[in-house]
Amino acid sequence: MKTKTHVCVAVAAIVAGGLFAVAPTLLARETSHGSIERGRYLVAAGDCAACHTDERGKPFAGGRAVPTPFGTIYSTNITPDGETGIGNWTSDDFYRAMHEGIAPGGEHLYPAFPYPWYTKLTRPDVDDIRTFLATIPPVKQENKSPELPWPFSVREVMTGWNALYFKEGTFQSNPQKSAEWNLGAYLVEGLGHCGACHSPKNFAGAPKRDKAYQGGYGENWYATSLGGDLHDGLGQWSADDIVQYLKTGANKRAAAFGPMAEVVHNSTQHLDDKDLHAIAVYLKDLPPHETPSTTNAANDNNKPENAERLARGRGVYLDDCAGCHMENGEGLAGIFPPLKGNNVVQAKDPETVVHIILSGEKTAVTKENPTGFAMPAFDWKLSDQQVADLVTYLRSAWGNHGDQLDKGKVADTRKTLVAARTQ
Amino acid sequence: MATKLPPKDVVLVGFGWTASIIGQELTDAGLQVLALERGAFRDTVPDFATTKIQDELRYAVRNELFEEPERETLTFRNSMDQTALPMRHLGSFKPAAGAGGAGVHWNGQNWRFLPTDFLQRSHIEQRYGKDFIPPDMTIQDWGVTYDELEPFYDRFEYLCGISGQAGNIQGKIQDGGNPFEGPRKRGFPLPPLKRSYGTVLFEKAAKEVGYKPFPCPAANTSKAYKNIYGVQLGECTYCGFCEWFGCGNYSKSSPQTTVFPVLLHKDNFELRTHMSVTKVLLDSSGKRATGVIYVDPQGREFEQPADLVILTAFAQHNVHLLLLSGIGKPYDPVKNEGVVGRNYAYQITSSVNVFLDDIVNPFMGAGALGQAIDEFNGDNFDHGPVKFVGGGYIALWTTGGRPILQHHLPKDAPKWGSGWKKAMADNYLRSLSIATHGSVMSYRDSYLDLDPTYRDEYGNPLLRLTFDFHPNEHLMSAFLTEKAAGIAKAMKPRHMDANPRQGHYTIVPYQTTHNTGGAVMGVDPHTSVVNRYLQSWDVPNLFVVGSCAFPQNAGYNPTGTVGALAYWAANAIRTQYMKKPGPLVSA
Repeated sequence: MKTKTHVCVAVAAIVAGGLFAVAPTLLARETSHGSIERGRYLVAAGDCAACHTDERGKPFAGGRAVPTPFGTIYSTNITPDGETGIGNWTSDDFYRAMHEGIAPGGEHLYPAFPYPWYTKLTRPDVDDIRTFLATIPPVKQENKSPELPWPFSVREVMTGWNALYFKEGTFQSNPQKSAEWNLGAYLVEGLGHCGACHSPKNFAGAPKRDKAYQGGYGENWYATSLGGDLHDGLGQWSADDIVQYLKTGANKRAAAFGPMAEVVHNSTQHLDDKDLHAIAVYLKDLPPHETPSTTNAANDNNKPENAERLARGRGVYLDDCAGCHMENGEGLAGIFPPLKGNNVVQAKDPETVVHIILSGEKTAVTKENPTGFAMPAFDWKLSDQQVADLVTYLRSAWGNHGDQLDKGKVADTRKTLVAARTQ
Repeated sequence: MATKLPPKDVVLVGFGWTASIIGQELTDAGLQVLALERGAFRDTVPDFATTKIQDELRYAVRNELFEEPERETLTFRNSMDQTALPMRHLGSFKPAAGAGGAGVHWNGQNWRFLPTDFLQRSHIEQRYGKDFIPPDMTIQDWGVTYDELEPFYDRFEYLCGISGQAGNIQGKIQDGGNPFEGPRKRGFPLPPLKRSYGTVLFEKAAKEVGYKPFPCPAANTSKAYKNIYGVQLGECTYCGFCEWFGCGNYSKSSPQTTVFPVLLHKDNFELRTHMSVTKVLLDSSGKRATGVIYVDPQGREFEQPADLVILTAFAQHNVHLLLLSGIGKPYDPVKNEGVVGRNYAYQITSSVNVFLDDIVNPFMGAGALGQAIDEFNGDNFDHGPVKFVGGGYIALWTTGGRPILQHHLPKDAPKWGSGWKKAMADNYLRSLSIATHGSVMSYRDSYLDLDPTYRDEYGNPLLRLTFDFHPNEHLMSAFLTEKAAGIAKAMKPRHMDANPRQGHYTIVPYQTTHNTGGAVMGVDPHTSVVNRYLQSWDVPNLFVVGSCAFPQNAGYNPTGTVGALAYWAANAIRTQYMKKPGPLVSA
């Protein structure tokens, strides 16, 4: 089964010290777009289609399976069909769902629907989204019930979850920061719901407030830190690098793949440069965090067993990888991403790089970059040990940093991927 | 009974180079286009994935990417007094099956024909007199000139990202390029490929003999390249697995690497794979195509109506479909009447193997990594004394050093055992081969028709190929082989063997997949199937595109000209036919 774009089982109650309770004026609807066009833009910014449009279904008719650590949830029909969609919802109903995670009739929504982020949206923005959704063709399609075990099957459980982890409230701008920073914050913390993947989560699936954007998990992928870390983060990226990445799906440092390729394809490539730059300014202001990986155990060549292991890893690299990523790890700009300095390679948890090596991946397809390069799978030829040696080599070569990787971790990822494919 | 489907504006039969180009151009013009492909969908990943595709046994020996003769083939004979037999194994040529067609597995040797090649009959008659052309040689002018095609050659080269060194930019001869080529508007999009040692040795020797060698134009990208549709190609790694293989790292131009990423995402384009078109349907007047019949893998028949039908399959398959559909008058060599199947031609090749003391590392190669001389191609030299028509290039290609098929041993080396092993060890790294690539003229007795005996899986008669080399081609090929041997000698080898092409044409072993003619273009409906825009004379809403339109074959690989003709036809459809559907040339 095709996996879902992103799981949003969490709350991004960002502890943003010093926020003033000032209504944001930065997104005042000064544009010449009508409400519908602005709604269309916001729906793209929120990547609503990612969940609400099934691969084989009609736009926004729902039905797409969203796997969560607790069970499978199905996205709902948000077309204006009166019976099965949201055609009969009032604008207050719609705002309450977006702002509080509560549907008409008082039913609690699961936070796979990212209301913990959407609560930040201003009322006019939410109204525009609804205005746009009212213009799409209505589709009669019944919603599927979630497949969750008790006690999660009882929606009232969410009352407790909300009490613990959900912080309701419209975005408040920070007057100590620039207008651009605030616009970026509004987009990242609200519609963008970046923390849904990029923040670590607790046992209940809620992001850890004190570790926001330090890297998290979503469907067999480790979403790298968005903080200012030099290796496992965006520390080496300029704001323009971030803009180019979100606009085209690739820059000289990296290419989007997996769930992020879908985010770029569905959402960020449609944002205008002003908004993308604001996002970049906000992300570039996120602080770095300490990671143990900077000790770079993988690079400890003094131990003979390490040297041997790195030589084996380099052998695999030259045979299977260097044709595209080049012997010097620099790749080919805009085509094959560099592995030198790559934050995915150096991530605290190398889950993602193992995932890509095993199952291959396709880069984002965008208007400016339509090619959609794909990396082939290597699970059919590389053993767990070979992949572990290769990743250890990647995390030590060319000035990269990272811990060694054990073959058991590769075996686990392989098992998970096989299970996901045969689901 | 065929199930009738909702109509389309355009249906393309086959989905290789020509269909991809025309599909892209006509969807850009707003038409609803459907492509029907008999084979499977294939893409760089997973089908040609690097480190998987470099498997000589699987792809080059067991022919995984090609049509399967047990499902579809033709019958062959050398002459009209013989009984043709089915080709049961791929041999002399290997047509592809599957999305991307032969554009997937070509070497990437991408040439333009010479300006005089398009005036094959009138130019020869003018320079050497009418009697110079043998009476049975049915060569003719194309009906389109080099100058008219130049912008479309250019477009195809900038689609592909051809690596090369221009020899003639707007009439100004350029150092290091082919001084004989027709004038081009601008240089190649990419610089030539890096050099192999073999090509350096050839260049030196050719210069010593007095020729002007140049790097062959290559569809293997020497650098990263963003093409005219915004599609990005990588940089060739010289892995040496081009011909018979798809490219694993996006550095050989193919429909997959140049057009698919934009075309396949369009709302007004649809591709249906595993669908075999068996007939073009005509209305009761016989002058208008109403669509096609195709069969799915379960044997179910479908009728696909369309306003415009474009045959974009491999050369012989286009001709076969015309014959099965009763479009155009079938060629009759006895009465010398009719046009469909007429003027089939091919390529005549030979080689000279060179054994050196130097190590040349043959495994570092690319499909079109070569140096060539063009002194003896087309009418680049005086044919008066040699008494034949045509010519060809002489090139040293270093396409790769694959272990099974790409090694050279001296002719007197043992054929087995320890002696063979020793010869292999002594020569694998120290041998090169110089190739000659000659034109083949068309003749009254070289043609395609329907076989009277053998039928395909749908019960339709197989296509029958009647073809042999003629004295003109043998004379020409022997001439080229001798010139190649002259260059080989200048390389001061410790040993050399010439392999001239002699005797009858045989359907084995492999020679080239450069089959041409059968639905040729021209100015006279009595000697051509399509007009100068590749539009059927008989059925104006039918176009037939590909090397089947070549009235005879020139001394170059055909793909560059096939690509140019596809753009030329697409342009005629966009700028003329769409405005006023009907014959673009009055008969």
